[in-house]
Amino acid sequence: MPNKLTPEQELSRRTRRGFIGLGAGAAAAAAGWKWLNPGDAASEDIPRPLRSMLRFNERVARKTLFSDTHLVKTYPASAIGKIKVNGDDGMDDDFDPDDWTLSLAGLGRGEPLKLDLDDLKSLPRHEQIIDFKCVEGWSTVTQFAGARLSDFTAKFAPGSEKAGYISMVTPGEGYYVGLDMPSALHPQTLLAWEMNGEPLTDEHGAPLRLSIPVKYGIKNIKRIGRIAYQEKEPADYWCERGYDFYAGL
Amino acid sequence: MMTLSEKHKFFTRWCHWVNFPLLAVMIFSGVLIYWAYDPYEVGLGGVTLFHFFPQWFYEATGVEYQLARGMAIHFAVAWLFALNGIAYVIYTLVSGEWRELLPERKSFREAIQVAKHDMGFRVPLPPQGRYNAAQRISYTAIVLMGGASLLTGLAIYKPAQLHWLTAMFGGYEWARLEHFCLTLGYVAFFVVHIAQVIRAGWPNFRSMVSGYDVLDTPAPEPESAQESAHAE
Repeated sequence: MPNKLTPEQELSRRTRRGFIGLGAGAAAAAAGWKWLNPGDAASEDIPRPLRSMLRFNERVARKTLFSDTHLVKTYPASAIGKIKVNGDDGMDDDFDPDDWTLSLAGLGRGEPLKLDLDDLKSLPRHEQIIDFKCVEGWSTVTQFAGARLSDFTAKFAPGSEKAGYISMVTPGEGYYVGLDMPSALHPQTLLAWEMNGEPLTDEHGAPLRLSIPVKYGIKNIKRIGRIAYQEKEPADYWCERGYDFYAGL
Repeated sequence: MMTLSEKHKFFTRWCHWVNFPLLAVMIFSGVLIYWAYDPYEVGLGGVTLFHFFPQWFYEATGVEYQLARGMAIHFAVAWLFALNGIAYVIYTLVSGEWRELLPERKSFREAIQVAKHDMGFRVPLPPQGRYNAAQRISYTAIVLMGGASLLTGLAIYKPAQLHWLTAMFGGYEWARLEHFCLTLGYVAFFVVHIAQVIRAGWPNFRSMVSGYDVLDTPAPEPESAQESAHAE
Protein backbone atom coordinates (compact mmCIF):
# COMPACT_ATOMS: atom_id res chain seq x y z
CA MET A 1 0.00 0.00 0.00
CA PRO A 2 1.83 3.10 -1.23
CA ASN A 3 0.17 5.94 0.72
CA LYS A 4 -0.26 4.20 4.04
CA LEU A 5 0.99 6.32 6.96
CA THR A 6 3.20 4.77 9.60
CA PRO A 7 1.62 4.61 13.08
CA GLU A 8 3.85 7.52 14.15
CA GLN A 9 2.72 9.62 11.20
CA GLU A 10 -0.90 8.73 11.83
CA LEU A 11 -0.51 9.73 15.49
CA SER A 12 1.08 13.05 14.50
CA ARG A 13 -1.80 13.72 12.17
CA ARG A 14 -4.37 12.97 14.86
CA THR A 15 -2.44 15.00 17.44
CA ARG A 16 -2.32 17.97 15.11
CA ARG A 17 -6.04 17.62 14.49
CA GLY A 18 -6.65 17.39 18.23
CA PHE A 19 -4.73 20.56 18.97
CA ILE A 20 -6.49 22.44 16.17
CA GLY A 21 -9.78 21.35 17.74
CA LEU A 22 -8.64 22.43 21.21
CA GLY A 23 -7.45 25.77 19.83
CA ALA A 24 -10.75 26.37 18.06
CA GLY A 25 -12.59 25.42 21.25
CA ALA A 26 -10.47 27.77 23.34
CA ALA A 27 -11.12 30.60 20.87
CA ALA A 28 -14.85 29.89 21.00
CA ALA A 29 -14.77 29.79 24.82
CA ALA A 30 -12.90 33.11 24.93
CA ALA A 31 -15.41 34.65 22.51
CA GLY A 32 -18.28 33.28 24.60
CA TRP A 33 -16.79 34.71 27.77
CA LYS A 34 -16.35 38.11 26.08
CA TRP A 35 -19.97 37.96 24.93
CA LEU A 36 -21.17 37.30 28.48
CA ASN A 37 -18.84 39.94 29.93
CA PRO A 38 -18.55 42.88 27.53
CA GLY A 39 -16.99 44.93 30.31
CA ASP A 40 -18.66 48.28 29.69
CA ALA A 41 -19.34 49.90 33.04
CA ALA A 42 -21.92 52.31 31.57
CA SER A 43 -24.86 50.46 33.11
CA GLU A 44 -25.39 48.94 36.52
CA ASP A 45 -27.34 46.15 34.85
CA ILE A 46 -25.82 42.87 33.71
CA PRO A 47 -25.15 42.20 30.01
CA ARG A 48 -28.13 41.23 27.90
CA PRO A 49 -27.29 37.52 27.36
CA LEU A 50 -27.03 37.00 31.12
CA ARG A 51 -30.33 38.82 31.65
CA SER A 52 -31.94 36.55 29.05
CA MET A 53 -30.69 33.50 30.92
CA LEU A 54 -32.15 34.80 34.20
CA ARG A 55 -35.47 35.29 32.37
CA PHE A 56 -35.22 31.77 31.00
CA ASN A 57 -34.54 30.38 34.48
CA GLU A 58 -37.53 32.36 35.76
CA ARG A 59 -39.82 30.75 33.18
CA VAL A 60 -38.47 27.30 34.05
CA ALA A 61 -38.97 27.89 37.79
CA ARG A 62 -42.49 29.29 37.34
CA LYS A 63 -43.57 26.45 35.06
CA THR A 64 -41.92 23.48 36.73
CA LEU A 65 -41.10 24.27 40.36
CA PHE A 66 -43.36 26.89 41.89
CA SER A 67 -46.49 25.77 43.66
CA ASP A 68 -48.85 27.33 46.18
CA THR A 69 -48.63 24.10 48.13
CA HIS A 70 -44.83 24.26 48.51
CA LEU A 71 -44.46 25.94 51.87
CA VAL A 72 -41.17 27.20 53.24
CA LYS A 73 -39.94 25.53 56.38
CA THR A 74 -41.14 27.04 59.66
CA TYR A 75 -39.26 27.03 62.96
CA PRO A 76 -39.94 27.08 66.71
CA ALA A 77 -39.67 30.41 68.54
CA SER A 78 -36.42 29.21 70.16
CA ALA A 79 -34.73 29.29 66.74
CA ILE A 80 -35.32 33.02 66.21
CA GLY A 81 -32.05 34.85 65.62
CA LYS A 82 -31.05 38.49 65.67
CA ILE A 83 -31.66 39.85 62.20
CA LYS A 84 -29.47 42.66 61.04
CA VAL A 85 -30.57 45.87 59.37
CA ASN A 86 -29.22 45.51 55.88
CA GLY A 87 -30.13 48.51 53.81
CA ASP A 88 -31.86 51.85 54.06
CA ASP A 89 -32.74 52.48 50.43
CA GLY A 90 -36.09 54.25 50.40
CA MET A 91 -35.99 54.81 54.18
CA ASP A 92 -35.93 58.61 53.97
CA ASP A 93 -35.26 60.53 57.17
CA ASP A 94 -38.24 62.86 56.87
CA PHE A 95 -40.85 60.11 57.10
CA ASP A 96 -43.60 60.62 59.69
CA PRO A 97 -45.35 57.35 60.61
CA ASP A 98 -48.37 59.29 61.95
CA ASP A 99 -49.08 60.65 58.47
CA TRP A 100 -48.82 57.25 56.86
CA THR A 101 -51.59 55.80 54.77
CA LEU A 102 -51.38 52.94 52.33
CA SER A 103 -52.36 53.82 48.79
CA LEU A 104 -53.93 50.94 46.87
CA ALA A 105 -54.57 50.84 43.14
CA GLY A 106 -56.52 47.78 42.05
CA LEU A 107 -56.51 46.54 38.49
CA GLY A 108 -58.35 48.95 36.20
CA ARG A 109 -59.68 51.14 39.02
CA GLY A 110 -59.62 54.92 38.97
CA GLU A 111 -58.92 56.59 42.30
CA PRO A 112 -56.53 54.70 44.58
CA LEU A 113 -57.94 53.53 47.88
CA LYS A 114 -56.46 54.97 51.10
CA LEU A 115 -56.03 52.45 53.91
CA ASP A 116 -54.64 52.59 57.42
CA LEU A 117 -53.23 49.94 59.71
CA ASP A 118 -56.64 49.27 61.33
CA ASP A 119 -58.04 48.37 57.92
CA LEU A 120 -55.26 45.82 57.56
CA LYS A 121 -55.74 44.48 61.06
CA SER A 122 -59.38 43.76 60.22
CA LEU A 123 -58.05 40.87 58.10
CA PRO A 124 -57.28 37.45 59.65
CA ARG A 125 -53.94 37.63 61.42
CA HIS A 126 -51.24 35.14 60.42
CA GLU A 127 -47.94 34.51 62.06
CA GLN A 128 -44.89 32.67 60.76
CA ILE A 129 -41.37 31.93 61.89
CA ILE A 130 -39.31 31.48 58.76
CA ASP A 131 -35.71 31.65 57.60
CA PHE A 132 -35.22 35.10 56.08
CA LYS A 133 -32.71 34.60 53.26
CA CYS A 134 -30.60 37.46 52.01
CA VAL A 135 -29.37 37.43 48.42
CA GLU A 136 -25.88 37.91 49.90
CA GLY A 137 -26.01 34.38 51.28
CA TRP A 138 -26.77 34.80 54.99
CA SER A 139 -30.06 33.89 56.57
CA THR A 140 -31.74 34.52 59.92
CA VAL A 141 -34.76 32.82 61.45
CA THR A 142 -37.32 35.58 62.00
CA GLN A 143 -40.92 35.87 63.12
CA PHE A 144 -43.41 37.97 61.19
CA ALA A 145 -47.08 38.61 61.85
CA GLY A 146 -49.59 40.31 59.61
CA ALA A 147 -52.22 39.65 56.98
CA ARG A 148 -51.93 37.45 53.94
CA LEU A 149 -51.49 39.44 50.77
CA SER A 150 -54.02 37.07 49.19
CA ASP A 151 -56.65 37.98 51.86
CA PHE A 152 -55.78 41.64 51.45
CA THR A 153 -56.27 41.41 47.70
CA ALA A 154 -59.56 39.55 48.01
CA LYS A 155 -60.96 42.15 50.39
CA PHE A 156 -59.61 45.46 49.11
CA ALA A 157 -58.91 44.77 45.43
CA PRO A 158 -61.20 41.90 44.44
CA GLY A 159 -60.65 40.72 40.90
CA SER A 160 -57.13 42.10 40.81
CA GLU A 161 -55.72 38.61 41.31
CA LYS A 162 -55.88 38.17 37.57
CA ALA A 163 -53.32 40.93 37.04
CA GLY A 164 -49.84 39.72 36.17
CA TYR A 165 -47.93 41.63 38.83
CA ILE A 166 -48.02 43.70 41.98
CA SER A 167 -45.86 46.79 42.41
CA MET A 168 -44.89 47.98 45.90
CA VAL A 169 -43.18 51.31 46.48
CA THR A 170 -41.90 53.18 49.55
CA PRO A 171 -43.59 56.55 50.36
CA GLY A 172 -40.62 58.51 48.98
CA GLU A 173 -40.31 56.12 46.00
CA GLY A 174 -36.70 55.41 46.94
CA TYR A 175 -37.25 51.64 46.92
CA TYR A 176 -39.61 49.56 44.85
CA VAL A 177 -40.21 45.91 44.07
CA GLY A 178 -42.19 44.00 41.47
CA LEU A 179 -43.83 40.69 42.37
CA ASP A 180 -45.25 38.05 40.06
CA MET A 181 -48.83 37.27 41.08
CA PRO A 182 -48.41 33.57 42.00
CA SER A 183 -45.64 34.43 44.48
CA ALA A 184 -47.64 37.38 45.83
CA LEU A 185 -50.67 35.16 46.47
CA HIS A 186 -48.62 32.40 48.13
CA PRO A 187 -50.11 31.64 51.57
CA GLN A 188 -46.85 32.63 53.30
CA THR A 189 -46.70 36.07 51.72
CA LEU A 190 -47.70 38.52 54.46
CA LEU A 191 -48.16 42.25 54.80
CA ALA A 192 -46.50 42.40 58.20
CA TRP A 193 -46.72 44.93 61.03
CA GLU A 194 -44.99 42.79 63.62
CA MET A 195 -41.54 41.25 63.74
CA ASN A 196 -40.11 38.96 66.42
CA GLY A 197 -43.13 39.60 68.66
CA GLU A 198 -42.83 43.41 68.61
CA PRO A 199 -44.38 46.07 66.41
CA LEU A 200 -42.08 46.75 63.46
CA THR A 201 -39.29 49.18 64.28
CA ASP A 202 -38.57 52.08 61.94
CA GLU A 203 -35.37 50.56 60.61
CA HIS A 204 -37.12 47.27 59.85
CA GLY A 205 -39.87 49.01 57.91
CA ALA A 206 -42.60 50.39 60.21
CA PRO A 207 -45.48 50.67 59.87
CA LEU A 208 -45.92 47.97 57.18
CA ARG A 209 -43.53 45.75 55.30
CA LEU A 210 -43.62 42.63 53.18
CA SER A 211 -42.64 39.16 54.36
CA ILE A 212 -42.31 36.96 51.30
CA PRO A 213 -40.20 33.93 52.24
CA VAL A 214 -40.46 32.35 48.78
CA LYS A 215 -38.13 35.14 47.65
CA TYR A 216 -34.82 36.65 48.69
CA GLY A 217 -34.77 39.51 51.20
CA ILE A 218 -34.46 42.12 48.44
CA LYS A 219 -38.17 41.56 47.68
CA ASN A 220 -39.23 41.91 51.33
CA ILE A 221 -39.79 45.66 50.92
CA LYS A 222 -39.87 47.80 54.07
CA ARG A 223 -42.21 50.77 54.74
CA ILE A 224 -44.72 50.16 51.96
CA GLY A 225 -46.44 53.35 50.78
CA ARG A 226 -48.19 52.24 47.62
CA ILE A 227 -49.46 48.97 46.23
CA ALA A 228 -50.62 48.66 42.64
CA TYR A 229 -51.92 45.68 40.66
CA GLN A 230 -50.85 45.81 37.05
CA GLU A 231 -50.37 43.79 33.89
CA LYS A 232 -46.97 45.23 33.05
CA GLU A 233 -43.91 44.01 34.94
CA PRO A 234 -43.22 46.69 37.58
CA ALA A 235 -39.96 48.53 38.06
CA ASP A 236 -37.72 46.73 40.55
CA TYR A 237 -34.88 48.42 42.42
CA TRP A 238 -32.42 45.53 42.48
CA CYS A 239 -33.40 44.18 39.07
CA GLU A 240 -32.27 47.53 37.68
CA ARG A 241 -28.96 46.90 39.43
CA GLY A 242 -28.24 43.55 37.84
CA TYR A 243 -30.15 41.11 40.04
CA ASP A 244 -32.73 38.57 38.98
CA PHE A 245 -36.24 40.06 38.75
CA TYR A 246 -37.80 36.82 39.98
CA ALA A 247 -35.38 36.23 42.89
CA GLY A 248 -37.50 33.18 43.80
CA LEU A 249 -36.36 30.56 46.26
CA MET B 1 6.29 -3.46 15.92
CA MET B 2 4.71 -0.04 16.46
CA THR B 3 0.94 0.00 16.34
CA LEU B 4 -1.60 2.78 16.79
CA SER B 5 -3.89 2.16 19.71
CA GLU B 6 -6.99 4.13 20.68
CA LYS B 7 -6.83 5.24 24.30
CA HIS B 8 -9.59 7.80 24.80
CA LYS B 9 -12.79 7.91 22.77
CA PHE B 10 -13.76 11.19 21.13
CA PHE B 11 -16.75 11.68 23.40
CA THR B 12 -14.67 11.24 26.56
CA ARG B 13 -12.14 13.79 25.35
CA TRP B 14 -14.90 16.18 24.30
CA CYS B 15 -16.56 16.08 27.75
CA HIS B 16 -13.21 16.42 29.51
CA TRP B 17 -12.02 19.46 27.56
CA VAL B 18 -15.42 21.17 27.58
CA ASN B 19 -15.76 20.60 31.31
CA PHE B 20 -12.46 22.31 32.05
CA PRO B 21 -13.44 25.92 31.10
CA LEU B 22 -17.00 25.41 32.34
CA LEU B 23 -15.82 24.34 35.80
CA ALA B 24 -13.31 27.20 35.84
CA VAL B 25 -16.12 29.68 35.14
CA MET B 26 -18.36 28.04 37.76
CA ILE B 27 -15.61 28.34 40.37
CA PHE B 28 -14.83 31.94 39.45
CA SER B 29 -18.47 33.06 39.52
CA GLY B 30 -18.90 31.04 42.70
CA VAL B 31 -16.19 33.14 44.33
CA LEU B 32 -17.98 36.32 43.17
CA ILE B 33 -21.04 35.05 45.06
CA TYR B 34 -19.18 33.74 48.10
CA TRP B 35 -17.44 37.09 48.60
CA ALA B 36 -20.79 38.70 49.54
CA TYR B 37 -21.01 36.45 52.60
CA ASP B 38 -17.75 34.69 53.45
CA PRO B 39 -18.08 33.08 56.88
CA TYR B 40 -15.98 29.94 56.43
CA GLU B 41 -12.70 29.48 58.22
CA VAL B 42 -10.49 26.71 59.47
CA GLY B 43 -9.59 27.05 63.12
CA LEU B 44 -8.30 25.13 66.06
CA GLY B 45 -9.47 25.77 69.61
CA GLY B 46 -10.87 29.21 68.86
CA VAL B 47 -7.84 30.28 66.84
CA THR B 48 -8.47 31.03 63.20
CA LEU B 49 -5.83 29.35 61.06
CA PHE B 50 -7.20 30.30 57.67
CA HIS B 51 -10.15 32.42 56.62
CA PHE B 52 -11.81 31.77 53.27
CA PHE B 53 -10.70 34.11 51.88
CA PRO B 54 -8.15 36.69 52.98
CA GLN B 55 -8.53 40.24 51.71
CA TRP B 56 -5.39 39.99 49.60
CA PHE B 57 -6.95 37.07 47.73
CA TYR B 58 -10.08 39.05 46.87
CA GLU B 59 -8.03 42.00 45.74
CA ALA B 60 -5.60 39.90 43.71
CA THR B 61 -8.43 38.10 41.91
CA GLY B 62 -10.60 41.22 41.49
CA VAL B 63 -13.80 39.58 42.70
CA GLU B 64 -15.19 42.28 45.01
CA TYR B 65 -18.67 43.85 44.66
CA GLN B 66 -19.84 41.62 41.82
CA LEU B 67 -22.55 39.51 43.45
CA ALA B 68 -25.20 40.23 40.79
CA ARG B 69 -22.84 39.42 37.92
CA GLY B 70 -21.61 36.33 39.76
CA MET B 71 -25.12 34.97 40.26
CA ALA B 72 -26.10 35.65 36.65
CA ILE B 73 -23.01 33.88 35.28
CA HIS B 74 -23.33 30.99 37.75
CA PHE B 75 -27.00 30.32 36.93
CA ALA B 76 -26.40 30.55 33.16
CA VAL B 77 -23.27 28.41 32.89
CA ALA B 78 -24.64 25.86 35.39
CA TRP B 79 -26.87 24.59 32.56
CA LEU B 80 -23.88 23.84 30.34
CA PHE B 81 -21.91 22.32 33.21
CA ALA B 82 -24.86 20.06 34.08
CA LEU B 83 -25.64 19.05 30.48
CA ASN B 84 -22.01 18.22 29.71
CA GLY B 85 -21.70 16.17 32.91
CA ILE B 86 -24.96 14.32 32.35
CA ALA B 87 -23.97 13.59 28.74
CA TYR B 88 -20.69 12.11 29.95
CA VAL B 89 -22.39 9.89 32.53
CA ILE B 90 -24.93 8.62 29.99
CA TYR B 91 -22.18 7.95 27.45
CA THR B 92 -20.05 6.11 29.99
CA LEU B 93 -22.96 3.92 31.05
CA VAL B 94 -24.23 3.17 27.53
CA SER B 95 -20.82 2.54 25.96
CA GLY B 96 -19.80 0.19 28.76
CA GLU B 97 -16.75 2.30 29.55
CA TRP B 98 -17.87 2.41 33.14
CA ARG B 99 -16.26 -1.01 33.48
CA GLU B 100 -12.85 0.56 33.04
CA LEU B 101 -13.69 3.55 35.23
CA LEU B 102 -15.48 2.35 38.35
CA PRO B 103 -13.29 1.12 41.20
CA GLU B 104 -13.21 -2.62 41.72
CA ARG B 105 -12.95 -4.45 45.00
CA LYS B 106 -9.19 -4.70 44.61
CA SER B 107 -8.84 -1.04 43.58
CA PHE B 108 -8.76 0.29 47.11
CA ARG B 109 -5.87 -1.98 48.10
CA GLU B 110 -4.04 -1.37 44.84
CA ALA B 111 -4.55 2.39 45.03
CA ILE B 112 -2.34 2.48 48.12
CA GLN B 113 0.38 0.68 46.15
CA VAL B 114 -0.02 3.18 43.30
CA ALA B 115 0.17 6.12 45.70
CA LYS B 116 3.30 4.74 47.38
CA HIS B 117 4.90 4.13 44.00
CA ASP B 118 4.06 7.63 42.80
CA MET B 119 5.53 9.14 45.95
CA GLY B 120 8.84 7.44 45.22
CA PHE B 121 8.68 4.31 47.34
CA ARG B 122 10.01 1.15 45.73
CA VAL B 123 6.70 -0.59 45.38
CA PRO B 124 5.84 -2.58 42.23
CA LEU B 125 2.88 -1.27 40.27
CA PRO B 126 -0.05 -3.67 39.99
CA PRO B 127 -1.14 -4.54 36.45
CA GLN B 128 -3.62 -2.03 35.09
CA GLY B 129 -6.06 -1.50 32.28
CA ARG B 130 -6.91 1.94 30.86
CA TYR B 131 -6.85 3.43 34.35
CA ASN B 132 -4.92 2.32 37.39
CA ALA B 133 -6.61 1.77 40.73
CA ALA B 134 -5.94 5.29 42.01
CA GLN B 135 -7.26 6.76 38.78
CA ARG B 136 -10.39 4.62 38.95
CA ILE B 137 -11.11 5.93 42.42
CA SER B 138 -10.31 9.58 41.79
CA TYR B 139 -11.99 9.82 38.37
CA THR B 140 -15.12 8.17 39.70
CA ALA B 141 -15.05 10.42 42.75
CA ILE B 142 -14.74 13.57 40.63
CA VAL B 143 -17.84 12.59 38.61
CA LEU B 144 -19.80 11.92 41.80
CA MET B 145 -18.60 15.26 43.17
CA GLY B 146 -19.92 16.94 40.04
CA GLY B 147 -23.32 15.41 40.71
CA ALA B 148 -23.15 16.47 44.35
CA SER B 149 -22.27 20.04 43.33
CA LEU B 150 -25.27 20.11 41.05
CA LEU B 151 -27.60 18.85 43.77
CA THR B 152 -26.25 21.00 46.62
CA GLY B 153 -26.36 23.93 44.21
CA LEU B 154 -30.04 23.30 43.49
CA ALA B 155 -30.66 22.93 47.23
CA ILE B 156 -29.29 26.45 47.81
CA TYR B 157 -30.86 27.87 44.65
CA LYS B 158 -34.44 26.74 45.36
CA PRO B 159 -34.66 25.91 49.09
CA ALA B 160 -38.40 26.67 49.14
CA GLN B 161 -39.57 24.77 46.06
CA LEU B 162 -37.03 21.95 46.54
CA HIS B 163 -37.24 21.90 50.34
CA TRP B 164 -36.90 18.10 50.41
CA LEU B 165 -33.58 18.36 48.60
CA THR B 166 -32.34 21.09 50.95
CA ALA B 167 -33.40 18.96 53.92
CA MET B 168 -31.54 15.98 52.45
CA PHE B 169 -28.29 17.93 52.66
CA GLY B 170 -28.93 19.00 56.24
CA GLY B 171 -30.60 22.34 55.54
CA TYR B 172 -29.77 25.59 53.75
CA GLU B 173 -26.58 26.48 55.61
CA TRP B 174 -25.13 22.96 55.45
CA ALA B 175 -25.87 22.73 51.74
CA ARG B 176 -23.95 25.97 51.15
CA LEU B 177 -20.96 24.67 53.14
CA GLU B 178 -21.04 21.34 51.28
CA HIS B 179 -21.21 23.17 47.95
CA PHE B 180 -18.17 25.19 49.02
CA CYS B 181 -16.17 22.16 50.22
CA LEU B 182 -16.82 20.33 46.95
CA THR B 183 -15.25 23.30 45.19
CA LEU B 184 -12.17 23.08 47.40
CA GLY B 185 -12.10 19.41 46.38
CA TYR B 186 -11.95 20.37 42.68
CA VAL B 187 -9.06 22.69 43.35
CA ALA B 188 -7.19 19.93 45.22
CA PHE B 189 -7.99 17.47 42.42
CA PHE B 190 -6.73 19.94 39.83
CA VAL B 191 -3.36 20.37 41.58
CA VAL B 192 -2.75 16.62 41.87
CA HIS B 193 -4.12 15.96 38.38
CA ILE B 194 -1.78 18.49 36.75
CA ALA B 195 1.20 17.15 38.73
CA GLN B 196 0.39 13.60 37.61
CA VAL B 197 -0.09 14.61 33.98
CA ILE B 198 3.30 16.33 34.00
CA ARG B 199 4.86 13.25 35.60
CA ALA B 200 3.24 10.88 33.14
CA GLY B 201 4.79 12.81 30.27
CA TRP B 202 3.98 13.85 26.73
CA PRO B 203 2.60 10.59 25.24
CA ASN B 204 -0.02 10.42 27.99
CA PHE B 205 -1.08 14.04 27.47
CA ARG B 206 -1.03 13.57 23.70
CA SER B 207 -3.42 10.65 24.00
CA MET B 208 -5.97 12.92 25.75
CA VAL B 209 -5.72 15.32 22.79
CA SER B 210 -5.43 12.91 19.86
CA GLY B 211 -7.18 9.96 21.44
CA TYR B 212 -4.34 7.65 20.40
CA ASP B 213 -1.08 6.23 21.54
CA VAL B 214 1.63 4.32 19.70
CA LEU B 215 2.41 1.02 21.37
CA ASP B 216 5.40 -1.20 20.82
CA THR B 217 3.78 -4.59 20.57
CA PRO B 218 5.48 -7.84 19.59
CA ALA B 219 4.85 -8.67 15.94
CA PRO B 220 2.00 -11.13 15.66
CA GLU B 221 2.56 -14.56 14.13
CA PRO B 222 1.45 -14.48 10.50
CA GLU B 223 -1.28 -17.10 10.89
CA SER B 224 -2.80 -15.56 14.06
CA ALA B 225 -2.81 -12.01 12.72
CA GLN B 226 -6.35 -12.30 11.44
CA GLU B 227 -7.57 -13.60 14.77
CA SER B 228 -5.96 -10.88 16.91
CA ALA B 229 -7.39 -8.22 14.61
CA HIS B 230 -10.79 -9.61 15.48
CA ALA B 231 -10.04 -9.69 19.16
CA GLU B 232 -9.27 -5.98 18.98
